[in-house]
This record gives sequence, structure tokens and C-alpha cells, in this order.
Amino acid sequence: MKYVLSNLNINFISAFGINSILYQRGVYPPESFTRTQKYGLSLFVTSDDELNKYLNAVISQVKEWLYSMTVKKLVVVIKDVDSNEVLERWQFDVENDKTISKENGPKEKSEKQINSEIASVIRQITASITFLPLLEGPCSFDVLVYTDKDIDVPESWGENGPCLIENSEEVRLRSFSTTIHKVDAMVAFKKT
Amino acid sequence: MAHFNFENELNSILRMDGPLSRGPGMRKPKTDCNQSVNSSLNSSTTAKTPMKNLNRSLGPGKTPSKTPKSGGKPKTPGKAPKTPNAGDRFIPNRGATQFDLGHFKIMNNTTDNKDDELLSPSQKEYQRVMAENLNGTDVMENKIISYKQKAPAAPDGHQSNLRVLYSACKNPSSAMKKTLRVIPQVPERILDAPDILDDYYLNLLDWSCNNLLAVCLGGSVYLWNAASGEINQLLQMENQDDYIGAVSWVKEGNYLAVGTSNGDVQLWDTAVSKRLRNMTGHASRVGSLSWNSYILSSGSRSGAIHHHDVRVPQHHVGTLMGHTQEVCGLKWSPDGKFLASGGNDNLLNIWSNQFDASADTAPLYSFTQHQAAVKAVAWCPWQPSIVASGGGTADRHIRFWNCNTGLCVQSVDTKSQVCSILWSKEHRELISSHGFALNQLSIWKYPQLTKVAELTGHTARVLHMAMSPDGQTVVSAGADETLRLWKCFAQDEQKKKVQKSVGKEKSSLSLSSIR
Repeated sequence: MKYVLSNLNINFISAFGINSILYQRGVYPPESFTRTQKYGLSLFVTSDDELNKYLNAVISQVKEWLYSMTVKKLVVVIKDVDSNEVLERWQFDVENDKTISKENGPKEKSEKQINSEIASVIRQITASITFLPLLEGPCSFDVLVYTDKDIDVPESWGENGPCLIENSEEVRLRSFSTTIHKVDAMVAFKKT
Repeated sequence: MAHFNFENELNSILRMDGPLSRGPGMRKPKTDCNQSVNSSLNSSTTAKTPMKNLNRSLGPGKTPSKTPKSGGKPKTPGKAPKTPNAGDRFIPNRGATQFDLGHFKIMNNTTDNKDDELLSPSQKEYQRVMAENLNGTDVMENKIISYKQKAPAAPDGHQSNLRVLYSACKNPSSAMKKTLRVIPQVPERILDAPDILDDYYLNLLDWSCNNLLAVCLGGSVYLWNAASGEINQLLQMENQDDYIGAVSWVKEGNYLAVGTSNGDVQLWDTAVSKRLRNMTGHASRVGSLSWNSYILSSGSRSGAIHHHDVRVPQHHVGTLMGHTQEVCGLKWSPDGKFLASGGNDNLLNIWSNQFDASADTAPLYSFTQHQAAVKAVAWCPWQPSIVASGGGTADRHIRFWNCNTGLCVQSVDTKSQVCSILWSKEHRELISSHGFALNQLSIWKYPQLTKVAELTGHTARVLHMAMSPDGQTVVSAGADETLRLWKCFAQDEQKKKVQKSVGKEKSSLSLSSIR
């Protein structure tokens, strides 16, 4: 039960959130994305094999942590390839409802309602390209996960700095919540 | 009593401090206490302003000044006296209290610093920075981790689409700048034209594609080379009283047709300054000429228009009898389909290019709206069936006709005699020359018919105009015996550049697909 509901959230953050950001910000060429229907929107998902491999590796691990409710934040960082400077920081704060246990089930919230909340966040990501400064040079991205201290870090993962942006401007996007997680979205970018 | 109670309490705190700083074992509960205060403080701030704390900048200037304040520890003793276990009132009138607090603070800090010295400076710095930036989420309980293997790089040469979009928008702003084109108000050059006839019904100026300007001054024709400034006399009438009524260059620019006062139409090879033909037939002076490839049409004072095929001995191949008075405006359309003729009988006739030698050909259209002689006739270069015509003193209108439908498309009152009209090849504009009262040249936007500029300088009516082969310069001949060259249709600098770099642009555009 818990797994099924949480899945919604995970799918959003991992697959569609990251993909939408990569597509909308032009980090990867738009030709390498394919269109899919999700949450009543047409979303773009990468069809690049290498990128998919990378994302799957990241997402499968994040999923595990989300299930165990140890994730606090998920941050997508867009960096300039040449200077390695952080240009944009998409932050998803995950609030875990730890009161839920096996005895008292999750709060009631319909799947439809959750979907519409997620759709509005994606729309905001799409709309935010109008105010975000243009990414001039070639860019890369990185996914940071804020977890509980006592988590076992797998070998393929390493500790990282917060990758904050100096002199940044922040815009808060809508938040959405599933029955288990509440997600606040926010984008920070360099002031110009 | 309350004061004493308070003092006692303070003392007890200070006394408690003593053993704590000495014994490391005892210190633990105190630090725990501090931490809880810390976290409570922090959580309260996050509740109010989570945005600011979550992503604080790492500015080096800010951090050192903030650390002592945000430590939270100095506040703890401040809270202790407030706890209302000592009485119902607190009168804050004692400076000594403040002093003790300060003392307590100093003591506390020194003990803490001793403890911190166990950490290496870099570790301390790291903790401090983390605490600063992640205020709100307890740093020590968090890990920031990322996948060690980095995301694959975007393919080489990939450019953000938006970049293409934004930079592409920068270029086509020439539309705005076009209207801001500066039209020089003074002529570029003034040439003398002595003895030029002040006769409204003649056409005494033409500019060839070889950049030669033919000017009729009384009985002689002069060629002015616009590139070198050289002047050659092409011909001089033998009889003193004869004069030249019209000149017209063939499209190729090597032959000049000349209409004379005695009704002859002559053909001159300007390269060798030699007359090739003399074509007779008109009963009266020839005041207008127009070429349509090998057909030369001439309009006479008698009202007749003759077509001359200049290749064959029997040159007279057609006659158009549509005017009862002198034909003063004559122009073939650029596609050679129509001939427009304007006469002193206030008529503008449109003829088709199908004609025969008999004189009973009727015009396609005969427009009677003009109230005066129609001398100024010009075809639109970009709309082949649009012709502009201007009337004389009594009329003062420029009218635009569609020769496919036979309708007057537009008209404008110029408030002055219209002597000549030219269309710009470069811009969507036309220029008209006028007589009394301003003797000006007016530039109009088409089809808006708004006046773009007025060029004044002539002191008598501006009878004739001709355009340079590059379309940028207009020469005007006035009755004040001057020729003035106006660079009024200068090409856009930006447009020129665009034309040059068309090849480059194409290749870059093909790469970028704009969503």
C-alpha cells in the first residue's frame, strides 16, 4: 500500500522532474527527447541511452531511500561545463510524514488530486524558463540527495558539498503532497 | 526580596559554571541543553523564513561577522532571568546584572573554544559553513550525497535552443530602423544646367544603367558621367530654334533616343557619339519617349503616340490615337504589358502591348479623374499593375491605379503641381517633385501615403527627375537651371550586411531548429 502511493511521488521527482528540467533548460539537445503523456501533460523523456543509464542508476537508489523515508531533499544542480560554476539549483524538499506507521494508515488523498498537484509543478518548471537567465555555454547536471545521517552510503555514491549559488535569486514553485511525502519545489539561479 | 532572589540565582549559575569548565564529564548535560536551545531557536527561524536560510550564500565577507551572533549560546543566560520563578516583577535597573552576564558570556565562550580546538581548522570551517548555510536542517544529522559517476556530457556542439531563439530575434529589427532612416535634407551635389527649358510638357532628363546622365539643355544633349564627373556633349541641333523635347535610354544603356522639336525621333550610339537613325513621322514636337525592349514609343504634341520598331527599316509599327492634346507623360510598365500615357487633355490612358499599325486601337482604360495635364507617370516596381500619376496645377493629386481592375486605388492631395514621380527600388516609397509654392521634392510611404520627408532647395519648379542605376540617388532638374542630386534612398547598412552574410546565416539556421 505504502509502496504504491509513494510510487507516484518517486516517479515525479526522478523521471519526470529531472527530465523536464533537462529538456526545458536545453542541457541536452531536444532531438534526444521523446514525448510521453503523464499527469495529463505531454512530457519529454530522454531517449539517450547513456543518459538513461545514468538516470536509472540514480533513480533506483533514490527510490529506495524515498521508501525508507530517509530523503530530505533532492537537488538538481546545473553547472557550467568549462568553469564548473553552479548556474541553477532546482531543489525539491521532501517532508516525510513519519507519523504514518503500519497501524494508522496514510492520510486520505485521491490519486487524481495528487496528479493535478504534480502537473501544476511541472507546468511551473516549464513556465520558469521565461524568467530564468539563458544558459550560455554547454552545461552538465548533477543530482544531490540530502539524507539522514545514519544512512549507509553505497559505494557508488559519495558525499558532496551543497553546491550553492553565490548571490542567487530564488523562486519558490508550488508544492504538492502525496499521502506520505510532501514536496516543496524551488529554483535558485544566479542573479544577473 | 525579588532582587536578592534574582542575584542568588545568577550566582548559582555562575557557580555552576565553575565546575563544568573543569570537568569534561560534567559538561555533557550542559552542551546538550545548549543544543536543544539551539535547535529550538533554529526551528523557530525556519518556520518563519525558510527561504532565506535554506540557500544562503557563502559570501566570505558575511560569515565571520555572523557566527558569533548566530551561535545562540549568548542568549541562553538572557533567558534565565526571565523565567518567572523568582517573583512577579522584574525591574531592569541594575547595570551590575549586565556586567555579570557579560562575564558569564566570556567564560562560557572560552570553555567552548577549548573544546573546539580539538577539531582541525579545516573541519571547523567546514562545520561552520555548513551550519551557516543549512540552518534549519540540522547539519550534523544530514548527509549530502551524490552519485559518483557523473552524468554523460551533452553531445559536442550542442547549443541551447533558447540561445538560438534569443540571438535569432536580435537580427530582424531592421523593420524598425527602416522608418528611422535619415534622409539628408541638403543635396549631395548641385550642378549647373544653363538654358534648360522651363517647359512642363517635356522630359529632359534620363539616367542610364551605365551611370550616364543625359541632360537636354536647349538644343544640345550633354552626358554627365556620374562616376567620374566627366561631361560630354553628345549632339547639338543644327538649327538655332530647334530644341530637344525628350531623351530616353534603352534598357541596356548603350543607345539614347532623342525626341526633337521638329517631330523627329533620333537614335544615338553614345559610345561613339554617332547618330544611328532618324525616325520621322510625327507632325509636331516629341515631348515623351519610352522603351519596351526593341519598341520605342514616342508621344507628340499632336496627341499621337507612335511605336517604333528600331530593328527594322519600316520603324513605324503602331499608332495610338487616344489623346487630343500633347502627350507629356509616357511610360511602359516594368513587365512590358501596359503603356501608360498622360496628356494635356487631363487624360491618363492605359494601353495594352497588343497593337497594330491601324490607328483605331482603343485604350484599355481611360482615366478622367485628373483635373489638369498628366505629366508624372510611374509604375510600381514591386506591383507590376500599379501605376502612379500626378496632375498639374489645377489638379495637384497623385493617384494610384490598378491596371488589372481599372480602379483608382488611392489618391493624395499634394497641394502643389506634380511634375514628376519616381518609385524607390530600395524602400516602399515614392518621390514626387513639385512646383509652386515650395518647389520641393516629397517622399511618400506607399501604401500608407504618409509623407516621409520634404526636400527643399530648388528656387523654381522641379520639372524632371531621374534615378541612379543603384536606386539610391535621385537627380532633380529645376526651372532654376540647376540639377540637384539627393541621396534620399540610401540603402540600409544593416540590410547590406545581411545580404552579404546570407550564405553564412543559412548554414547556421539549418543547424538550429526553433521549437
